[in-house]
Amino acid sequence: MKDISLSIASPSAANPLQKMGAALTACAILCSIIAAFGVGKSHPLLFFFLITGLFISGGIFYSIPYFKAQAGIKNDGIMQNSLSSRGAIAWGIAILMTGFYIILYWFPYYLEGLIRTMDPLSMMLRGKASDQWFLYGAFYTLAVLIMGMRFIAKYKFSRYHIIRTISVMFFQLGFAFLLPAFLLKLNQPEFYFSYFWPLKYSYLFPNDLDYLIQSGNLGVFMVFWGLVMTFIATPILTYNFGKRWYCSWVCGCGALAETLGDPYRQNSDKSLKAWKIERWMVHSVLVFITLTTALLWLNSWKSGTILGDASGLFSQWYGFLIGSVFSGVIGTGFYPIMGSRVWCRFGCPMAAILGLFQRFKSKFRITTNGGQCISCGNCSTYCEMGIDVRAYAQKGENIIRASCVGCGVCSSVCPRGVLKLENLEEEGRFIPYIRHEDKK
Amino acid sequence: MNIVIIGNGITGITCARNIRKLDSNAFITVISEESEHFFSRTALMYIYMGHMKFEHTKPYEDWFWNKNRISLIRAYVKTLNSKDKTLHFDNGKSIAYDKLIIASGSIPNKFGWPGENLYGVQGLYSIQDLEQMERNTKNISSAVIVGGGLIGIEMAEMLHSRKIEVKMLIRENLYWSNILPREEAQLIGKHISAHGIDLRFNTELREIISDDQDRVKGVLTNTGEQFECQFVGLTAGVKPNIGFLEKHELETERGILINEYFETSIPDIYAAGDCAQFRNPKSGEPAVEQLWYTGKMQSETLARTICGDKSAYNRGIWFNSAKFFDLEYQTYGQVLPEINDQQKSFYWEHLNGKHAFRANYSNKDESILGFNFIGIRFRQAIAEDWIREHKTIDFVIQNLKKGWFDPEFSKAYYNDISHSYLQSLKGGNEE
Repeated sequence: MKDISLSIASPSAANPLQKMGAALTACAILCSIIAAFGVGKSHPLLFFFLITGLFISGGIFYSIPYFKAQAGIKNDGIMQNSLSSRGAIAWGIAILMTGFYIILYWFPYYLEGLIRTMDPLSMMLRGKASDQWFLYGAFYTLAVLIMGMRFIAKYKFSRYHIIRTISVMFFQLGFAFLLPAFLLKLNQPEFYFSYFWPLKYSYLFPNDLDYLIQSGNLGVFMVFWGLVMTFIATPILTYNFGKRWYCSWVCGCGALAETLGDPYRQNSDKSLKAWKIERWMVHSVLVFITLTTALLWLNSWKSGTILGDASGLFSQWYGFLIGSVFSGVIGTGFYPIMGSRVWCRFGCPMAAILGLFQRFKSKFRITTNGGQCISCGNCSTYCEMGIDVRAYAQKGENIIRASCVGCGVCSSVCPRGVLKLENLEEEGRFIPYIRHEDKK
Repeated sequence: MNIVIIGNGITGITCARNIRKLDSNAFITVISEESEHFFSRTALMYIYMGHMKFEHTKPYEDWFWNKNRISLIRAYVKTLNSKDKTLHFDNGKSIAYDKLIIASGSIPNKFGWPGENLYGVQGLYSIQDLEQMERNTKNISSAVIVGGGLIGIEMAEMLHSRKIEVKMLIRENLYWSNILPREEAQLIGKHISAHGIDLRFNTELREIISDDQDRVKGVLTNTGEQFECQFVGLTAGVKPNIGFLEKHELETERGILINEYFETSIPDIYAAGDCAQFRNPKSGEPAVEQLWYTGKMQSETLARTICGDKSAYNRGIWFNSAKFFDLEYQTYGQVLPEINDQQKSFYWEHLNGKHAFRANYSNKDESILGFNFIGIRFRQAIAEDWIREHKTIDFVIQNLKKGWFDPEFSKAYYNDISHSYLQSLKGGNEE
């Protein structure tokens, strides 16, 4: 098979405005590096505006062609573009992002200059100086907002995409960035109302609960909120809407994947082997964090007499391996190589629980419209979770998979309108379409 | 039982898979010259446009064939010897069969135009055609497409994605007007033009002009116009790919002649899909069916016959779909370009020219006959049930919401359609 000749096809000329956008973004990254080397310390405000200004204008320039173009699927040249098809640029970005995470987690002092550029904003929002996590939160939120704008422009034909993207942008900015900052300013616990156990695993750890309860009425409410969301709201919402209510509408990890990660969604592995690995890994993480939580409670109940420090060590290791390495370094750093949902797919215990609900007890499904599938493969290619959507669609089966985050892109890219995300009666959702002539 | 299938397109592969489902002991061999593994022909355009790579167009992973014990042979069938039941390949090897299924597909039509064999002139059907198109369109600036059908518009979209200027020569005075009613043809034509494709109606190809290196440099039309171009796409339909049977006694006409059981004139030889031609097609149905969907349905039926459950082909209620740049099109039942005197038609179009709906119905009992949807997705099962159960047009209009398949949060148009329908009843301005 002479496939190679097809995959190295000459790319369509990149739009000059997009080149401009890419150049501005590169300048923003350059300024960040310069700031990190120390200049950020002496001119924090200048570099703050320089960096954010360049990032934002870069994003705007990059999005203009999408806003101007006719509404419709805009995937031309994706497989020939070095950025989106694991070319040199993709590897460069992967190394840059992975490196950023490693420095952020373990060598934050190298970022000192950059962290200081966030001091003015941090003082305003939180009433205290910036640290590496505030810097990270600010960059993260900026990425979601800028790339969210690009996503809305690219998928402007779909109100589903517009609304859910505004939703993730809102939750990231409001619930995961501003609100926790204000809480700090008000001398309250820094609490993220949009993250729940087991994704934010410590929210059900005995120590965290004690701390919250002792911090006052608001802390008690936070404990109440966490418990209600994990044990009551999550099952009810997932039953009615599938896991998408969280994963592609609320969650911050999902927000980054859907926005910053969108150019890489096609790089997820669709093979049966990858699916097997995924199921083992994600459910192991769920078991691991559930055991850890249970152990911590057991230990706390027995006043630390049974396990001593062992359970604490357990949770520390979980925090290191899963919380840091997996969700950050690999989960985001590997976007350009393994697709935008590496963490969500292989590592997130919240996704695992929601997935079990979605698979076994939910009204959600992606309906296949009769025998209309032409097996083209667009749906599978652009599934960020690596689901082989076509395998179901071409058999007239509905797609009901634990991992589906309900982003809706399969339905958008389908050239025959075969797929529809919907919540219908639970009964009958597994029944495939059979031609009237074939019914016996 | 030793079953050999010629062709690994949707027809041949669907047949192989369904035989395997029904019979775990059969020896199944699929022969293809085109590609090692089955891929989706409908996706060729997306490879060129960079939406997918070739590997993405393969509906099954490569291990699938071994696991399901479907042997794949990459070869060209040169001759068929039906007396001793063997096939001979171009590489000198041969294979014996108990039952032979021919699903060799189509090749692009050529009509003997002067210059049709020049460099830079081609059709689009196979993966080799796509590779050729990749070479032929490298660094060119303008192209002419001859024929205004579905492959024509695919080619236009492909070339457009590489910023190549495209002119389409269309024999009729509207786009795809041998299939679409006037309003839909106009709407889609406008949409295509809005994407920068230059549609030339009432225009036919007279001659393809060559430069001094046997490469195309332009075309001459019946209107006397001359257009410069470095590529000519010939997309005036396809015809059955049966050249390798030329000297054989197997009865052929346009395609391999078959009955409703896909039996050819020779026992134990069957044919299905694009390459087959029904001897006695049902009234209103074409003798040669050249669609993805029909290939799939035909071969599902054929697999049953092969495995001992002799089944006649029943196409059921007609359906088809396509996409013209950003406009999706779905059709169910019978919607001909023009209604006859026993039919009525209701048509609705959104002011923005991106959504349209048509329902044809009988003027005797008002029962629904068929639908066209443009820029609207609709449930196939519902449309088919309504047609099969002869629901009235009133019922259909009132219940459109039940079949609405547009994505969540989309603007729904069933109320607009219903309103417009009631208006038309009052005004009596139906067609």
